[in-house]
Amino acid sequence: MTIKKIREGLLKKEFSSLELIDFYLGQIKKKEKDIDAFLQIDIEGAKKQAKEVDEKIAKGEELGSLAGAPCAIKDAIMVNGLNCTSGSKILENYKAVYDATCVDKLKKQDAIILGKTNMDEFAMGSSTEHSAFKTTKNPRDLKRVPGGSSGGSAACVAGDEAVFSLGSDTGGSIRQPASFCGVVGLKPTYGAVSRYGLIAFASSLDQVGPFAKNAQDCETVFKAIMGIDEKDATSVDKSKFSIFNFQFSNIKVGIPREFFGEGLEDKTKEIIEDKIKKLEKAGAQIVDISLPSASYALACYYILATCEASANLARFDGIRYGLSEKGENLLDIYLKTRGKGFGDEVKRRIMLGTFALSSGYYDAYYSKAKKVQALIKKDFENAFSKVDFILTPTSPFPAFNIGEKVDDPLKMYFSDIYTVPINLAGVPALSMPAGFDNGLPVGLQIIGKHFSDFNILQLAKLIEKIVGGLPSKKT
Amino acid sequence: MISKDQVIKIANLARLDLSQAEIEKMQKDLAGILDYIDQLNKVDVSGVELEEIESILGNAFREDTPVSQAPETIEKMLSQAPAREGDHIKVKEILT
Repeated sequence: MTIKKIREGLLKKEFSSLELIDFYLGQIKKKEKDIDAFLQIDIEGAKKQAKEVDEKIAKGEELGSLAGAPCAIKDAIMVNGLNCTSGSKILENYKAVYDATCVDKLKKQDAIILGKTNMDEFAMGSSTEHSAFKTTKNPRDLKRVPGGSSGGSAACVAGDEAVFSLGSDTGGSIRQPASFCGVVGLKPTYGAVSRYGLIAFASSLDQVGPFAKNAQDCETVFKAIMGIDEKDATSVDKSKFSIFNFQFSNIKVGIPREFFGEGLEDKTKEIIEDKIKKLEKAGAQIVDISLPSASYALACYYILATCEASANLARFDGIRYGLSEKGENLLDIYLKTRGKGFGDEVKRRIMLGTFALSSGYYDAYYSKAKKVQALIKKDFENAFSKVDFILTPTSPFPAFNIGEKVDDPLKMYFSDIYTVPINLAGVPALSMPAGFDNGLPVGLQIIGKHFSDFNILQLAKLIEKIVGGLPSKKT
Repeated sequence: MISKDQVIKIANLARLDLSQAEIEKMQKDLAGILDYIDQLNKVDVSGVELEEIESILGNAFREDTPVSQAPETIEKMLSQAPAREGDHIKVKEILT
């Protein structure tokens, strides 16, 4: 099902909203024991919302753009009345008391929220193995990870448990799982979607975005959630976003050689290069470009993101909400609560960020990384003065086995090597299925200039036509 | 290389109670990550001025006006505090 088909089906009275939600709740019941995408399923709430949509139809009221579409929300995003754990023991029993702006906007467009999805703790990870609760499995191959950190949100769409979902992307957490699970995922321009109600990881890089089966559905959801919000000072107005109509024949597509070198698996490379050839055949002008500083992006990211995280996660101290361990005095409560409540990866990143910001190291690490970030931004500006889009693989390899990289933090970090430069530059990027390596989806990343999100979606739609439909099962 | 003493000092700054085993693993993990991060030393950033970047970004200001919340919302928030007294969150002694 697509969002458009659901809306049409409801209006033509082919099915009711409640019937559709019952069907999806049935899907979840059947598939969750294998996939484990959800942390919480809100059966009662979903049925209540569905009945409201059915009432609207009965009364002949105007329906929202997402009418009746069953969706799932990453557990880092607040849905009023539901738990919001961010995948952490420290928030295990925390209940959201308000809706995130993006969730409020989904509700206003009559989308139906089925539940909250699993994720790496505080969005730190690339596989959901760092979730404090469980590991989500890749619906394409249950022995493999779905990617992360928004792994549950990608897996539930790939596994037909929801029609679309929301995730958040700080260094690739929407695009990499979209690539691993074979769905479309958009990391919008920084500021396009309000971050109000998203539990912060690295505020200067965090961005909320959609997952869906195709680019059209992604666009419909993006349209619904974007826009300026007085509760997020970094959000930007809709009017900034350009839209232009184009065909392959009037675009220039840059291929950065730094993204096709060492570390990229042969089969992934072959699939992406084949798609580039198809674009060229269809009339697009392919231009060889260079992003010389991009190879330093991962190192730069692991300083900036951890520094911000170390400050952002200071709020989890056992005083106002969440886990609280008993202690002799305040300091003792902080130490014990945080020592017990955070998992290994979160502790590692808080430590790294605290170290990089500590007296005597600030200039060598944080200031240096900020300067390298400026160079990376410049690289993208230069590239976009010559080309309209940049194409790369989303990840250097397809979904890996559960357990394969979990004990080696650096190995895990490398799966985001092609996605982190985009967050550092603040530009938008999308991952879409490009083909299969031994039954495992391989994602193509489309990068655009600031505020060109709709153009990226337009290109994705054009590419969908030449890539053709993907097989729904393993090939 | 990061020393064990440094790890203990940083853990205290970060308000993290780490076990002996965690401290040892942390030392090893951080050393590996910092070793990778050291590649940034190869980048020539001599032409980059941070002040310049910040001035381009600008700032976004708004009036700091208090917004009242529904009593139910306040209750829902306060009820999640580990210890409370009336409408206050109770904490251990701050000044000793």
